[in-house]
Amino acid sequence: MSIDKDKIKHTAKLARISLDENKIDSLSKDLSNIFKFIEKLNKANTENVRPLSSILDQSLRLREDKVNDGNIRDQILENAPNKNEDFFIVPKVIE
Amino acid sequence: MTDLTKNNLLENVSLIKKKEIKSEELTLAYVQNIKKGKKLNSFITECCESAITNAKNFDQKQNYEGLLAGIPLAVKDLFCTSGVKTTAASKMLANFVPNYESTVTKNLWSQGAFLLGKLNCDEYAMGSSNETSFFGNVINPIKENTVPGGSSGGSASALAADLTPATIGTDTGGSIRQPASFTGTVGLKPTYGLCSRWGIVAFASSLDQAGPMTKTVSDCALMLEAMVGYDLKDSTSINKKKENYSKNLSKNIKGLKIGIPKEYRVDGMPKEIEDLWEKGQKILKEEGAEIIDISLPHTEYALPTYYIVAPAEASSNLARYDGVKYGHRSSKGANLIEMYEHTRSEAFGDEVKRRILIGTYVLSSGYYDAYYLKAQKVRRLIKNDFDTAFNNVDAILTPSTPSATFKIGEKKNDPISMYLNDIFTVPTNLAGIPAMSVPAGYDKDKLPLGLQLIGKPLGEQTLLNIAYAIESKSNLKQNISKWWEK
Repeated sequence: MSIDKDKIKHTAKLARISLDENKIDSLSKDLSNIFKFIEKLNKANTENVRPLSSILDQSLRLREDKVNDGNIRDQILENAPNKNEDFFIVPKVIE
Repeated sequence: MTDLTKNNLLENVSLIKKKEIKSEELTLAYVQNIKKGKKLNSFITECCESAITNAKNFDQKQNYEGLLAGIPLAVKDLFCTSGVKTTAASKMLANFVPNYESTVTKNLWSQGAFLLGKLNCDEYAMGSSNETSFFGNVINPIKENTVPGGSSGGSASALAADLTPATIGTDTGGSIRQPASFTGTVGLKPTYGLCSRWGIVAFASSLDQAGPMTKTVSDCALMLEAMVGYDLKDSTSINKKKENYSKNLSKNIKGLKIGIPKEYRVDGMPKEIEDLWEKGQKILKEEGAEIIDISLPHTEYALPTYYIVAPAEASSNLARYDGVKYGHRSSKGANLIEMYEHTRSEAFGDEVKRRILIGTYVLSSGYYDAYYLKAQKVRRLIKNDFDTAFNNVDAILTPSTPSATFKIGEKKNDPISMYLNDIFTVPTNLAGIPAMSVPAGYDKDKLPLGLQLIGKPLGEQTLLNIAYAIESKSNLKQNISKWWEK
């Protein structure tokens, strides 16, 4: 399938990446080639095959519902590019 | 005086334990090489001073108990190291200093090792030539202007150039084994779940595994032993008894059945790769193993499956980089959404963006079934192929890569030809099984080539033993002229 410019723009919007207008053509070409390669999969017969999402046979482990850490606000905020004492700061979202 | 950095890891561990050398002496020798090795660009962050301090402390305390007592180690810059910058070779994390330590590095330090530096790699481990790093290309010490492979290219380069006695990498589709093959070193990707993923910058969570990269197979066994372990912080960690890989290392492979999959004889495979594969089979036969032709019929679908599953998981994992909690933040954008968009656009490189877009697309409404679900089904077929094969064989032998190292820039503008590098390594990540690359010969230009061994789940010991036999028999002596010191 060819991935045209509109599809690229829409996907970039979903992925929250702004794209330079002058890069969209080459991206469209690259992605179209990659999808042509990927679509080889259509030849594989997958009738009645269960999808595999994890190779581990084990089910996820449960733990006791107990607090095991906390009070690490400063650590969590340590690497924030914009913050005050208690909060991450983001551009205004409410007009 | 002998050059300690020419020794393998085991030799240096033994010298320290016998008190014939001090950790400080060893560390200084590596620090000197690092200072002279800048042309290779294999380090993102050097920790020379703290390493020397740690070495001095070790020499004072004289606690010789750990498997890696007194050994300085540089690690791929994808492992979070407490108080030391961890960048994933991305502009996004160029100034990120974690306040926690990855489980795998913590395990190494608890065995007496300490950090020597953080090694360059492809950005977020996405690449096969170490040309996507924000911090620049890494050079293969084997030959000027050639790539060390990727994504653990800095690890392979630093190891082959004697800038670290051993190292660790991560492998999502071949990122340990392909660089090992390109630099004449040993690299092992363990069974999925054997090494904890906690504290490793995530690429594709159902495929990522950390593993050792070393000069010799015995070193590899020792490093693996030090790295592994059950970890409550990783929900996919396997709870099993620790194995003593180095003690149980044995060249005796008599009676083992080794499968040769016909599907790995790909079109256009260079003759020297075929010859190498033949040579490997000959060695194993001489050592008393039985060679059996097998079939892994869905091999041709492995790369297309990988290029759906890995980008899909990556697009989801990398959604966390939003300029709010940590990492780069753009000063542009009139509102929150635009700030996200500019942040991600400014700080992700082209290959990372390409993969996020592929992943977002295959997961987007209307395409999910056709791509992602289809890929997950084919992934099961690929895993079934291996399950069936392992009913009849103990391990599988293939080439590690379809070629030796190549020139910087040669494949950079053609994503598909770059992706084809991983044609032999990707299937094992999809199946979650262990595999390793062991040096086995050279191409016509004297560039190293590796053979890959693929094992049953948790069959690391068998792989190490077979690799040990191949290593002993092929008896390669790699003489690298230190051209980069001039």
